[in-house]
Amino acid sequence: MNKVFQSMRIAFRALRVNKLRSALTMLGIIIGVGAVIAMVSVGSGATDRIHQQIASIGSNVIIVQPGSQNTGGVKSGNGNAQTLTEEDARAIQEECPDVMYSSPLQQNQQQVVYGSNNWGTRIYGVAPEYLTIRDLRLEEGEPFTTEDVKSTNKVALLGKTVVDNIFGGEDPIGKTIRVRKVPFTVIGTLVPKGQNANGQDQDDMIIMPITTAKKKVMGGGRQNSWQQIGQVLVQARDGRNQNAMDEIEALLRQRHRLQATEDNDFQVRSLEEMAAAQEQATQIMGLLLASIASVSLIVGGIGIMNIMLVSVTERTKEIGLRQAVGAKTNDILSQFLVEAVSLSLLGGCMGIAMGVLASFAISYFAGWNTLVSLPSILAAFFFSALVGVFFGFYPARKAALLDPIEALRYE
Amino acid sequence: MDSALIRIENLHKTYHMGDNHVHALRGISLEIPRGSFVSIMGASGSGKSTLMNIVGCLDKPSSGKYYLDGVDVGALERDELADIRNRKVGFVFQQFNLLARTSALENVELPLLYSDNDKSKFKERAMAALTSVGLAERYDHHPSQLSGGQQQRVAIARSLINNPQLILADEPTGALDSRTSVEIMGIFQKLNREKGISIVVVTHEPDIAHYSDRIIQFKDGHIMLDERVPNPRNAERELSELPEVEEEEEPVA
Repeated sequence: MNKVFQSMRIAFRALRVNKLRSALTMLGIIIGVGAVIAMVSVGSGATDRIHQQIASIGSNVIIVQPGSQNTGGVKSGNGNAQTLTEEDARAIQEECPDVMYSSPLQQNQQQVVYGSNNWGTRIYGVAPEYLTIRDLRLEEGEPFTTEDVKSTNKVALLGKTVVDNIFGGEDPIGKTIRVRKVPFTVIGTLVPKGQNANGQDQDDMIIMPITTAKKKVMGGGRQNSWQQIGQVLVQARDGRNQNAMDEIEALLRQRHRLQATEDNDFQVRSLEEMAAAQEQATQIMGLLLASIASVSLIVGGIGIMNIMLVSVTERTKEIGLRQAVGAKTNDILSQFLVEAVSLSLLGGCMGIAMGVLASFAISYFAGWNTLVSLPSILAAFFFSALVGVFFGFYPARKAALLDPIEALRYE
Repeated sequence: MDSALIRIENLHKTYHMGDNHVHALRGISLEIPRGSFVSIMGASGSGKSTLMNIVGCLDKPSSGKYYLDGVDVGALERDELADIRNRKVGFVFQQFNLLARTSALENVELPLLYSDNDKSKFKERAMAALTSVGLAERYDHHPSQLSGGQQQRVAIARSLINNPQLILADEPTGALDSRTSVEIMGIFQKLNREKGISIVVVTHEPDIAHYSDRIIQFKDGHIMLDERVPNPRNAERELSELPEVEEEEEPVA
């Protein structure tokens, strides 16, 4: 232990002698480590976003959409056919054992008016279960009930953005707003959820019973004919996502009386699976960025090797003297190895600081989500030490194996 | 225990440079008893440097035997040689070979870093060595702040630090003026007389050689002459007879 300490003292003295040179050599490592930390933080930030997105949608959520419409061989996109009904939504909840909740969903862009204020927002016509599935909570007031849905009651829950825009500072509970001239009583407000991963404001919404939405607000048009709905939102039991999807598919095929040869006229997708695919893509991108950044770490290592070789040549006479007064092969080897590792570790620590700063800068200026994780810092520290050992070994060995007589004679 | 500190038997050293074989030493036999003060003289290429390298355990003989303090040096490995140099041999060079930007004290400590000594005693021992060469009050000076003679005294203190049996000095006065040379030779004589350390000085100046008890002349890889010095010069007395000079020496650039 004493020997290591002593080697470190000698090494730091040698590094201090050539401050500029040591600093420039470290710069290579600083940039390398900094780049790796920053790129990894961008990658894990993106992954983290996706996790947040899953959390904000709610867990174990499955979306059932109508399939594509086939009119005389012309296939329109998914969601265009009108094959799903409120009955389907109810049947999914009642007949699929691995489904906890299901809610029909019909949405529409509408203008909402309170007093002299008005605001354009999205109307969500749903069943009461929708709140549970999406994990939406009420800030104030009460949710609507199955009774409200049955009776087509004109009640509404408001997102925070809507409240802010039409009520100003006023308490919205119990007030009457108008959507398409139809008066609605505000019975509750939602806890804000913020933006989703795509930058969409999740608080810019009004939630009301599906029946009311269809009959009073979205009336008219083929798509909104009685019973038909835009999609069904389902929450599966924990860990039973795939089973729930299979059950839903089987149930809907039966309900829609599809023959074995016919394609599904609907589509069942798990949000988590979609997110997982997206996450994988993000991880690959992060890995790619990190590996490009680590190339600069290797370049930094080569810089250390270069400088150590110069240093060994410059100090040949000193090495000869140390050998003459009794330095063994390992003494000289460890002296130069410690010097190289000190360079790379010091550079590594500064690089970590720079990488953290860079990741803050990226999230501040570019608005990307970045996440500096402890493992990435530890890995950077470890790798910079490794770079020092790897690229410092050859010069140190060269120094240790010098012939003392020739080294002493070197001018 | 061998009575001779250095015993050399039919020593040959041949260097191979491509197809050329250079015979630097051609069968030397030599014995140096403990407590000797020997000068080695000879023209360059006479083999004296080669002999010094072997005696200093920096090099090994091609054939023949070299015993230092009874140990057959020719049979030792690289690191064992380093250990012998550390414990038994002190080196003094013409160009002092001090580490720049390092204090006199730390320069003197250097050999201790490579031996298994008690670290808490380093400072104390280095100070003692500096005191014995009369430089205690300049322990924190860097070599660039010391005169040539002072630097050589630091180097001597460094060679003393591990209480060696032998000090090898290669042209120790080659870079010094004549008065300083006398001072340095005086230190060697004192160490030889008072501590019984054997001293081998390589020099080409007959004046310097006459401070020792014995002169060995080399020529073409052979010992040409090996004689006792009837009346060695006494540096201490000569110094007291020299006119006084300013105590503060001019630092060399």
